[in-house]
Amino acid sequence: MTGYHLAQLNIARLCAPLDSPELADFVALLPEINGAAERSAGYVWRLQDESGDATALRPFEPDVIVNLTVWESVESLRAFTYRSGHLEPLRRRREWFVPFGGPSQVLWWIPAGTLPTVAEAGERLALLARQGPAPEAFTFGAPHLAPARTFDPSSA
Amino acid sequence: MSLEAFGSLREPVRRAVYEYVSGCAEPVSRNAVVESLGIGRTLAAFHLDKLVESGLLETAYAPRSGGPGAGRPAKLYHRSAAEYAMALPPRDYRLLADVLSVAVQQAGAEPAAYAAAREQGEKLAGGDVVERLSALGYEPAEATDGTVRLRNCPFHAMAQAYPPLVCGLNLALLEGLVGDGGHVARLEPGPSGCCVTITCKNKNH
Repeated sequence: MTGYHLAQLNIARLCAPLDSPELADFVALLPEINGAAERSAGYVWRLQDESGDATALRPFEPDVIVNLTVWESVESLRAFTYRSGHLEPLRRRREWFVPFGGPSQVLWWIPAGTLPTVAEAGERLALLARQGPAPEAFTFGAPHLAPARTFDPSSA
Repeated sequence: MSLEAFGSLREPVRRAVYEYVSGCAEPVSRNAVVESLGIGRTLAAFHLDKLVESGLLETAYAPRSGGPGAGRPAKLYHRSAAEYAMALPPRDYRLLADVLSVAVQQAGAEPAAYAAAREQGEKLAGGDVVERLSALGYEPAEATDGTVRLRNCPFHAMAQAYPPLVCGLNLALLEGLVGDGGHVARLEPGPSGCCVTITCKNKNH
């Protein structure tokens, strides 16, 4: 264990209101997908309000929904994202979401036992958009290892 | 090195050893190669070593149960995950595929890509479904209930880079391929292999 957990934010721009017929299938799949995430190996936490998900939150733009989660590792998140029932709604995303101009997902390391805030998540995404993948904000395509414990020679 | 890898397969017995090992879903021992191909142990070891040297096979050790005196763990061989490709004259379809994938994603044109893939799948259809899947490189393995798991993803590197697009495209391609016959293509990703499973509509196979 590295003492760090992986935080991830992904955002999506709705092509129609959440309560519209176009979004019906997405809304119907939410409980199943969220439940599957919680049962996945390496899952730690996800942002949700009393309704059980985060789709009512609009911290960035009125038509942009957010998903903020914490996992034990890049691999456990990758396995859930692409090798589980989550792949099906991901395949269908164009039915529900408009493509973003820039990155819509960012990963970063947080000390294990802490939780990310939406504000911090937004900053990490902006960082990624500005400078590309780096240790402080990266993607599946360019993953960065958790910070190593630094060795202090004076304590030897 | 790709040239070494391909050159290493010219010898027919070596080719047979490679095809046997890579055709097995699980890692195999030298003895399994000997029994399956009916060749001597020394010859099998020689070819297996050459295939490992050229990067086509990799070794692993089987976990051994039992305490001291249980013997050495068995040395097993499996196909390397490394990809080898060569083209003469030089060709770079991967670069083109990357550019087109980024363009499709940015334009939100996944539905058009899936439709094109389905059409292509229909063109590729004909004859026995499992044979077609084999010819396309999916390495189909049929279970007793008729379910076909696809051991190899022909688009592996692209699927790693653009999973929703490539897996969606792959599903559409296979849907087109199986058509309205006795099979159904469904997205059912496992820890490895192709994300699509082919099942029989009629269970009385």
